Amino acid sequence: MQNFDLLMHGFSIAISVPHIALMIGGVLLGILVGVLPGLGAPNGVSLLLPITFGMQPVSAIILLSSIYWGALFGGSVTSILFNIPGEPSSVATTFDGYPMARSGRATQALATAFGSAAFGAMVGVVLITCLASWIAGVALEFGPAEYFAVYFLAFSSFIGVGGSPPMKTVVSLTIGFAIAAIGMDTVSGQVRLTMGIDELVKGVNFVVAVMGLFGIGELLIAVEEEMHARAVSSRIDWGEVFRTIVGLPRHGWVLLRSAAIGCWMGITPGGPTAASFMSYGIAKRVSRRRDKFGTGEPEGIVAPETADHAAGTSALLPMLSLGIPGSATAAVMMGGLMIWGLNPGPALFTEQPDFVWGLIASMYLGNIVAVILVLLTVPIFAALMRLPFFIIAPLIFIVCVVGAYSVSNSYLDVVLMMGFGVLGYLFKKLDYPLAPLVLAIVIGDKAEDAFRQSMLMSQGSLGIFFGNALVTTLVAMGFALLVVPPLLRLIGVWRRPVRPA
Amino acid sequence: MRTLKFAAALIAATTLAAPAFAWQPTKAIEFVATAGPGGGTDNFARAVQAAIVKNKLLDQAIVVVNKGGGSGAEGYTYEKGMAGDPYHLVFGTSNTWQQPMVSKVAFKQSDFTPIAAMVQDEFLLWVKQDGPKDVKAYIEAMKARNGAGKMGGAQSKDTDELLTRMIEKTAGIKMIYVPFKSGAEAAVQLAGGHVDSHVNNPSESIGQWKGGTQRPLCVFNTKRLAAGPKITATEGWSDIPTCVEAGLNIPLFQQPRTVWLPLKVTPEQTAFYVDLMKKVQATPEWKDYVEKSSQTQVFLTGAAFTDYMTQDMERVHKVAEEQGWLVK
Repeated sequence: MQNFDLLMHGFSIAISVPHIALMIGGVLLGILVGVLPGLGAPNGVSLLLPITFGMQPVSAIILLSSIYWGALFGGSVTSILFNIPGEPSSVATTFDGYPMARSGRATQALATAFGSAAFGAMVGVVLITCLASWIAGVALEFGPAEYFAVYFLAFSSFIGVGGSPPMKTVVSLTIGFAIAAIGMDTVSGQVRLTMGIDELVKGVNFVVAVMGLFGIGELLIAVEEEMHARAVSSRIDWGEVFRTIVGLPRHGWVLLRSAAIGCWMGITPGGPTAASFMSYGIAKRVSRRRDKFGTGEPEGIVAPETADHAAGTSALLPMLSLGIPGSATAAVMMGGLMIWGLNPGPALFTEQPDFVWGLIASMYLGNIVAVILVLLTVPIFAALMRLPFFIIAPLIFIVCVVGAYSVSNSYLDVVLMMGFGVLGYLFKKLDYPLAPLVLAIVIGDKAEDAFRQSMLMSQGSLGIFFGNALVTTLVAMGFALLVVPPLLRLIGVWRRPVRPA
Repeated sequence: MRTLKFAAALIAATTLAAPAFAWQPTKAIEFVATAGPGGGTDNFARAVQAAIVKNKLLDQAIVVVNKGGGSGAEGYTYEKGMAGDPYHLVFGTSNTWQQPMVSKVAFKQSDFTPIAAMVQDEFLLWVKQDGPKDVKAYIEAMKARNGAGKMGGAQSKDTDELLTRMIEKTAGIKMIYVPFKSGAEAAVQLAGGHVDSHVNNPSESIGQWKGGTQRPLCVFNTKRLAAGPKITATEGWSDIPTCVEAGLNIPLFQQPRTVWLPLKVTPEQTAFYVDLMKKVQATPEWKDYVEKSSQTQVFLTGAAFTDYMTQDMERVHKVAEEQGWLVK
């Protein structure tokens, strides 16, 4: 109950004309940087950081977190409309979002994404409000072995989900791991797989890989298909937005489950990316409509979006309470906290209650402001789909090139992005799944670090993965996801009852 | 002819009158931080930026870019390619000379023009709140663990591991060094009891100390840190003994925070930035940054900086050689 009082106090700080104005401004700016891939939330936030030096810490964090919300929403726009995910956590949204938009239901796809994202974020905030102090402790239980177990769980919940043959999935995963290994190795301090290119010491940035694999890869496929029927008619229809939102509760079960996965992965520091992949994977397994997944199934948008935002929101808690940033953007904000003279850590809640609860209250308000603004823009974004292919194609190309360059102002990234484009095209042509590749690029090196740290700590004994109840449960769940479905399929229980001949 | 002479005289006069302004930047300046957002070097670069912007020390805009890939090698490699361009400053640590010694990166310290070392970050030995009560107890506990005691730290073969190996040698113990991505991560791992200790900088663990999850045993400096406000109810930085006092004979171990220009810049350009950094050190924003992060202000430039580097390189080289880290 004490938390509730503090929250009300927080609202009294957050609700003021200048603060609401900051929220609106921040959200609009955030949508803009989110829509442009490569620019993205972390860059948007760090560009604006100097402006906040002169502000009150509360106002500054409200502005920055509003940009973050806006960017999270904006990131889904390009994933759905052009198959270019701006953030690692939006990749899973492309699997069904893009096919849905292509089939003329762009408005519905966007509205579904935003609606479920807002739901996920809200669940995340409520969780923070109620369980702030308790949650902080949970993250401490996570040592390297537990981290590895979470990543293992993310991998196994996603493997075997696609219709691809297992061998193709394994090949795709392995290539992903190899790409993730490029650059400086944390555990040995050695430079690996740079192939004589000095700049590769920084590793392959995820955004660069994904823009190539998805954006350029898709473009090449489209060009080959002789551009027929690429322009999709879509009416500017606010009614459609409304109907979609009202219809969302039909996916109630998916929403709740995805929010739970998201919050769990946000607090245990698995992060939004693992959350969205895992949520999509599980939805695809248990849904009655799993055969439709990948062709434009609304549940395939609801699952990753809800989990992504639930995780993104609850990931701010470890940042405030423990000083571990859950995402790149959170890391920039943490840098800001230090400059404003605040020390993130367990003491922040007791020393700076105004700041912490002002921020939490602004998370409620910021998300509401963001979802309203972004829903208003849906039909405008959807109208982009009406542009003919000969206009859209060069636009996508420019966005990808500029995006890849702006990740770290490097031409090498542009070349790499093109290379990934060709790889993406080949994968599609040869019918290899892209998702395992992307998953391995994103969390492959983290999983590797965690595994090798565990091995250092246990002096080479695998027993560390069964050392306590938490890690044993996680590993067991991972194995269960890996082994049980094929087993069930084998004995014929998993599939629906055999149709009468 | 006379006008020409006059002009020459005029130019000479103005240069004499204002030697500090022999060169002035005419476009935006890029600060390359060799760390990810929120890292120690990122905070350093942004503190310099804040001091310059708030006090209007420059007419030009400053953009901080993060190039922290490969433990900062990304930023150094980038800066190396900027030879002759005085609009890119790289902000780093002793990694500028340490990293090329222990891993195959594409730069060496002689690829840059030194501007200054502006601040020395301190190292402390930290244990979990309910861990050993002092350094002697810590060493005993580590001995009892028989080589299975764990020290967490940021990166591999970097300052943290270097110091760990020095502690091992001085105290006659063996430990498992577990490298994490950052000191902040090591601090969280210590709070959760997954490692037994780490050697974080004050700013990396102050929040955790305040929050009562871990505490410092000693500081690797010849004298205690400046008093400042109390961190916990009873203790502040100055209550922490030096490691020598506490019985661990490592008198001084610090991390300089350094600023560099690329090669092939003119002496005027170098002088301009040395002067600018000096001005930064006089601002209240800078003093605030140094105090809040419990670092020690220095200003090493020119020969003093080079001497310092030479000494430090010798020390690193010695440990690296013993450990077999040297790049062949």
